[in-house]
Amino acid sequence: MDIKKTPRKLNVKEKYRLMTRDLAWEPSYRDEKEIYPYVDYEGIKIHDWSKWEDPFRLTMDAYWKYQAEKERKYYAIIDAHAQNNGHLNVTDARYLTAIKLFLQGISPGEYAAHRGFARVGREFAGVGPQVACQMQSIDEIRHAQTQVHAMSNYNKYYNGFKDFAQQRDRIWYTSVPRSFFDDAMSAGPFEFLIAIGFSFEYVLTNLLFVPFMSGAAYNGDMATCTFGFSAQSDEARHMTLGLECIKFMLEQDPANIPIVQKWIDKWFWRGCRLLTLVAAMMDYMLPKRVMSWREAWNIYGVENGNALFRDLARYGIRQPMHWDDVEKSIDHTSHQIMLGLYQWKFGTAFHSWTPTASDIEWLKEKYPTTFEQYYLPRWEYAIAQKEAGGEYNNFGLPKLCQTCQLPCLFTEPDDPTQLAHRETEFEGEKYHFCSDGCQHVFDQEPEKYVQAWLPMPALMQAPLKGDLAAWMEWVSLEPTAAGDYANSEDKANFEKWRKQVSTD
Amino acid sequence: MQIDVQTVNIEQKNQTFTHLKRRFGDKKIPSRYQEASYDLQATENLHYRPTWAPEQELYDPNLSKIRMTDWYDLKDPRQFYYSTYTLTRARQQETMESNFKTVESLNLIENLPDQVLKIAQDLLIPLRHVNYASNLNNTLVCGYGYGTVFTQPCIYHAMDNLGIAQYLSRLGLMIGDVESLEVAKQDWMNSDAWQPLRRSLEDLMCVRDPVEVFIKQNFVLDGLLYPLVYQRIADKHLLELGGSGISILTQFMTNWYQESVRWVDSVLKTMADESPQNKAVLEEWVGSAANHFTSVLLPVVALAVQGNDADELVSEVHDELMTRASKAGLFR
Amino acid sequence: MSTVFIILQANEDTRPIVDAIEQDNPLAEVIHEPAMVKVQAEGRLVVRRETIEEEIGREFDMQELNINLITLSGNVDEDEDALTLTWNS
Repeated sequence: MDIKKTPRKLNVKEKYRLMTRDLAWEPSYRDEKEIYPYVDYEGIKIHDWSKWEDPFRLTMDAYWKYQAEKERKYYAIIDAHAQNNGHLNVTDARYLTAIKLFLQGISPGEYAAHRGFARVGREFAGVGPQVACQMQSIDEIRHAQTQVHAMSNYNKYYNGFKDFAQQRDRIWYTSVPRSFFDDAMSAGPFEFLIAIGFSFEYVLTNLLFVPFMSGAAYNGDMATCTFGFSAQSDEARHMTLGLECIKFMLEQDPANIPIVQKWIDKWFWRGCRLLTLVAAMMDYMLPKRVMSWREAWNIYGVENGNALFRDLARYGIRQPMHWDDVEKSIDHTSHQIMLGLYQWKFGTAFHSWTPTASDIEWLKEKYPTTFEQYYLPRWEYAIAQKEAGGEYNNFGLPKLCQTCQLPCLFTEPDDPTQLAHRETEFEGEKYHFCSDGCQHVFDQEPEKYVQAWLPMPALMQAPLKGDLAAWMEWVSLEPTAAGDYANSEDKANFEKWRKQVSTD
Repeated sequence: MQIDVQTVNIEQKNQTFTHLKRRFGDKKIPSRYQEASYDLQATENLHYRPTWAPEQELYDPNLSKIRMTDWYDLKDPRQFYYSTYTLTRARQQETMESNFKTVESLNLIENLPDQVLKIAQDLLIPLRHVNYASNLNNTLVCGYGYGTVFTQPCIYHAMDNLGIAQYLSRLGLMIGDVESLEVAKQDWMNSDAWQPLRRSLEDLMCVRDPVEVFIKQNFVLDGLLYPLVYQRIADKHLLELGGSGISILTQFMTNWYQESVRWVDSVLKTMADESPQNKAVLEEWVGSAANHFTSVLLPVVALAVQGNDADELVSEVHDELMTRASKAGLFR
Repeated sequence: MSTVFIILQANEDTRPIVDAIEQDNPLAEVIHEPAMVKVQAEGRLVVRRETIEEEIGREFDMQELNINLITLSGNVDEDEDALTLTWNS
């Protein structure tokens, strides 16, 4: 070899290939199956790992450089937020419920994604997807951490933040997102990538991070807006990874198509059920609204989702099963969830409330075919009870869906006056579901979903045996963190502090 | 109405999150490292068993022979969380970038003696494949290890290894364009000097105990390889041969190794202190792997250093490693 | 035709980038929302390095886009000169 050869100028694609792809080798002392034991069992056939295309060809030097810049910007903003009592800039303290839910429900999901991507970043037998997944893994721990750091400042002044770690594992509603991520992590590497990388990231995170975060900014919460947008800029890479991954699987072997379709069907539904919580955040928890859940869905769900599935049609992929059910539910779910949260508010580490007169006007305008007819009367009933000195609570425990773990509070897709309820019998036991979608997911893999930890039965079993006070202690739920916002310490403090800092 | 939120002093309700108060009390406001690291991993009421290994839990401390009462004892003395990690590496990267520029603008590579170039080509460039193995191994530890303070630095370490592989690749491209990388790959796959090491790494990539992988890769192999290749050969031997143009481009590796030793030693020591059972397991891993990798690295070192000198170098570095092990409480 | 889009944080860094995208995509629509700006177009959108460089008067690395990018939609093709978003249908 002529050692002193003048180097050519390489373009980005070539450089990336040499810097990443070229690092791996074909093992000869050990069988690939010993090194990558989990790539086969899901039935996905990969003939040539090198066909994987990485659209964002980030080498580590560029990664460190640009991510550090993002981090510097982000921490400058949250430091300023902490030093300047930024929490008093939010529109009103109702808004905090949205970010309490975020910390209790979403941040642990970011962490789970971090660990899950580390696993698939090890298990895939090709260096292209390995490195892409590892980069996503390190990004995801960033998201979990920046979120905890942003919330840390709110925790200093308000209830409902401080026990998030305990509540992640024990309180009933966090079981919804956790079961989602546990489901993905307990699946094989390819399904995990379809679940998180494709269905969640590509189809759904825009709904979580774009209109909601814009709403956070609109409501004066620059700390949350900044972690949201800063995280989503990583998601832009992740979404692209998800899309490349699905194209790669579909192109490798026609036998992969039905498997991938089955996963898309499952994870689209799982994701949409999870996002019903975000629907309530958008429609009810942002005191000043940027757009309704329906409007956000039209842009990021329908328009963007359809564009994606039209694009994938060339591989023989169709729209996810139960798409129509989701579409039919969009004008209903936020109201159903918020009414549910309100009636079980004694058991949540965040506050809920009855909508104000101006909220009601906005909801009427945004949901002309559903709100006034189906949901306003229930809110009016709750408001009347409150005005009469009572409180609308439902101390009956909700029946949870075996799959999504939400209470069975959704209605039939074609009849908003009928609660939907499905049952499957498996090995002599009856299992309950909130919808056809969730029942379908269970029926595909009953052995898996019978294992689900259901928080309500846990309350009834030893050692709690139905003792609500003992349960509250076990889930670290202090009474001040729960209940109607109208009577909350958060409200009283926020208003008092705001008065101190306001001048006419 | 105007709001002037900066002027008021509002009394805080909570100093910190409950899980941190339980660990550290609430006299001091916890650091961002603590907030970012402790108890982030779910621990109970996990929903489903992995379909890929139904005998395991989703987060399973029993994947290792090492037992810890509290895995969060394995603190990273560098206190790296994403932000501090990234900022540190970005600063180092800036230095490396200017090092590459200096080497290019002064034509330092073209003016290197042939002997230096040959050593760089034969010894350094194939190492990028070793870093790739370490990248995968550390990713495994992050994925399957237990407790965030132990697993979190491993993904950073994995990405660092990728970064080092990429620095070595750039060096290769500078000294011999794409051909340099091709030749190095051929050596890695076929030449006698590299085969024992490649075989050992393929073996290590089959190990599934996350702590065993951590110890053998980060403590033993790196604990021999970096002192040999970077501290002894790149920073001394090549310098003596007039190869400062090379050592300036391996500066990151030297500094990075020194930094990571603190972390790796601290993990080892904490695990060994935990119980005599742990200590015995660690001694078995460290003892066998140290002997094995020492012999495996001998032909690699011989690519740069002749005859008895190579033997001496390798045994000197082996002794250094055993001193570190002893400081961590092993073999005593 | 499906819509592709790119959303950037609304700040001083992105103002010239958005201007550049508008120049290169005369049919693109620019939508301002709180803290963000969305640029969308039918079927195809291209972000060119050279145009950005003219706007900012210095060299620009396409990967710098990462810093202020919020999200995007469409198949991505990025090299040193441009980032292109497309839908095939």
